[in-house]
Amino acid sequence: MTERLFTWTIWLSAALVAAALMWVIGDLFSLGAAHLSLDFLLSAPRDAGRSGGIGPILVATVLIIGVTLTVALPLGLMAAVWLAEFTVRGDALGNAIRLSLDVMAGVPSIVYGLFGNAFFSIYLGMGFSILSGGLTLACMVLPVFIRTSEMGLAAVSDAWRQGASALGMTRSAAIWHILLPAASPAIGAGIMLGIGRATAETAALIFTSGYVDRMPESLLDSGRSLSVHIYDLSMNVTGGDTAAHASALVLIALIIVFNLLAQWFTDRWLHRRQLA
Amino acid sequence: MILSKDSSLYHWNIDKALAPLLLLAGLACVAILLLIVLFLSREAWPVLANGGWRAFVADNGWYPLEGLFGLLPMLAASLAVMLGAIVLAGPVGLGCAIFLQFYAPQAVRKSFRLLLSLLAGMPSVVLGLWGLTVLVPLIAQWQPPGASLLAAILVLALMIVPTMALAGAAALSSVPADLISGAAALGMGARSRILYVAVPAARRGMLSGALLSMARALGETMVLLMVAGNVVQYPHGLLEPVRALTANIALEMAYATDLHRAGLFASGLLLTLLVLVLAWLAARSLRHD
Amino acid sequence: MNKHHTSPFTLGSVDEAQPCCVPAPQLEVRALSVSYGDRKVLDTVSLDIYRGCITALIGPSGCGKTSFLSAINRLTDMLPTAKVEGSVRFDDEEILNAGVDTLQLRRRIGMIFQKPNPFPLSIRRNLELPLREHGVRKPRERSERAEQALRDVGLWNEVKDRLGSSAMALSGGQQQRLCIARALVLKPEILLMDEPCSALDPMSSAVVEELITRLRGRYTIVIVTHNLAQAKRVANYAGFFWMTERVGKLIEFGQSQRLFDAPTHALTRAYISGVSG
Repeated sequence: MTERLFTWTIWLSAALVAAALMWVIGDLFSLGAAHLSLDFLLSAPRDAGRSGGIGPILVATVLIIGVTLTVALPLGLMAAVWLAEFTVRGDALGNAIRLSLDVMAGVPSIVYGLFGNAFFSIYLGMGFSILSGGLTLACMVLPVFIRTSEMGLAAVSDAWRQGASALGMTRSAAIWHILLPAASPAIGAGIMLGIGRATAETAALIFTSGYVDRMPESLLDSGRSLSVHIYDLSMNVTGGDTAAHASALVLIALIIVFNLLAQWFTDRWLHRRQLA
Repeated sequence: MILSKDSSLYHWNIDKALAPLLLLAGLACVAILLLIVLFLSREAWPVLANGGWRAFVADNGWYPLEGLFGLLPMLAASLAVMLGAIVLAGPVGLGCAIFLQFYAPQAVRKSFRLLLSLLAGMPSVVLGLWGLTVLVPLIAQWQPPGASLLAAILVLALMIVPTMALAGAAALSSVPADLISGAAALGMGARSRILYVAVPAARRGMLSGALLSMARALGETMVLLMVAGNVVQYPHGLLEPVRALTANIALEMAYATDLHRAGLFASGLLLTLLVLVLAWLAARSLRHD
Repeated sequence: MNKHHTSPFTLGSVDEAQPCCVPAPQLEVRALSVSYGDRKVLDTVSLDIYRGCITALIGPSGCGKTSFLSAINRLTDMLPTAKVEGSVRFDDEEILNAGVDTLQLRRRIGMIFQKPNPFPLSIRRNLELPLREHGVRKPRERSERAEQALRDVGLWNEVKDRLGSSAMALSGGQQQRLCIARALVLKPEILLMDEPCSALDPMSSAVVEELITRLRGRYTIVIVTHNLAQAKRVANYAGFFWMTERVGKLIEFGQSQRLFDAPTHALTRAYISGVSG
């Protein structure tokens, strides 16, 4: 293969991927953009979702993500701080925890759905509910978040730990005021990854938070997430394709918005605490 | 001034409470994993206890309502999709990685990386939707029914190509620059430098990325549910519909009871095992330094 | 001896006072040994640190001088393999005992590190955070003490308009002075300094050195330094460390004038004459 042919092949493969993405996004827009409107975002679905909107579904999605973050963030941060600050290399307990996390990260999402169904929905009696779905997603999101945050904390300079200790500061104070803010970019990135994964998740939610497309009134109500709605519209509802495409556009926009929010949160709040 | 603990100046040390609390959080993670293993096994027990694994292999076909749990065709379908996807996405991903690392002009590099991240973040249900509404009819024009092994392979390849590309680019960027400039000093052209020096040096990271992508393909549900056709049969042609293990679970969980349900859980355990083996191989290939 | 062009320091010159004519020991170190795992780095060191004086610890790298300092403020507690034996009495209290409140100890004995390590926070927060952690509740009191500390180290005029900006943006010399201010703000009694000037450029080094001399009398200072000329300039007492059989030992200790001009030990004589300041 000559030099020129090689170069062309490389450019071609990049162009191929770019073109594929354009094709997908283009099709989503052409098939769904027309269906978008403010009314679509706010009102309830009618006629099995063929008309009407996705209001209750957006609410359910946000609630599920809310549950996920509320559980995964504190638990994950605490575990990450433990791993980064209180274990040494070769620590048996630390290795056991890290191994567990690595294994958890590998479990397929449908299997998480099975687990969530068996444990949260049936054994703990939550039934098909937003709570059950959110907790299942929290288990899914935890491993990556903890590892990312742990790496971020481990990368923080030891000089500050020593300096804080030499000033007679408690470890808690050093962690809270100095180390966590210093690791905030990595923690923020972990949050973004977690939100992205949770919002896009479908298989784990089908058998934990369910299919109901009414406005949820409590966390114990069943609720349909946006991704599940797209699945239902495209597979089970004939003529639901347009609404499905419009919902897909909203879902992508939602993921982008969550990522931007997490970025803003990281920059303004976590970072700002360092100054002034 | 008295320095001892009994002094009135000694304040309650918050650190004493901190370590145990944090450890509890860490142990909660182990507890979750144990719960997962426990509950999956518990649900799958009826099938496993009856010498179930043998049923998976020996039974003639998957007819759970009649007590037949032969899942080899579905396992074969899952593996076929995974292999097909990696065969497609591997070279293309490598090409993108090389592009990102060696050929992309500075202005394009950032945008292309963004593009890859966007594709990587695309929910699988959205890609499945596109596959269902655009790709499947396209294939159906060539030969019905359209929902087929090929459709699944194509969409899955699209899903995993950004991971391969980004992992490959990361591996290439960690190749020491003097290795490549040494090759240039020997008069090797760009093609040779990349193919015979850089890529081999980066092969561990690339292999790891490939194994992880394969694990992802094996565990993927929504795309397979939507575009693969869901007919339980051995994949004997690219344009034939097939049903993957993951899709099977999603399809039948809604109405499965008793032994059938246990069978689905057992297939879930099998799936997890396969994925973990791939993930372990991926981690090992990185560690072999 | 002091350069009297516009000096930024508000600490008055204490040359006129008699800081050390009747020195009383503030720290009594007896048979102090430090090991990391099974590697001993410091073997049975005994000396006294006198109140209000500057004590310099000199000797080549690796003789355990840093470990000596770390043992005194119990920073060795942070390292799981570190073992400290012997006795260190601070105002007649044994500080190596298990029941000692190390947080209070480190308020009273401050430490300055070789490489300046201001926290990645604003200048203001660098000073006020330790105060808050040690129970100074009123914001007004915190900012007053912070200002005083900054004045004491001569930084006030340089940073008073940007207290909210990041401390990492300061120059090396400014960062080190900020670290000293951060230690001073807690009103310590002893300052442990581990080669405070070695990571700085010559001009900043001179400024920090002048600051250190002005701290004499108000604070007790123990300074580890490789710079013999600096030790000669600032110290009242000096201790010479050397490595024998791979372990650091204290060879000679006494009033710095005598140690530098007429050392008793042959090793000390060799080191001082061989390493010209």
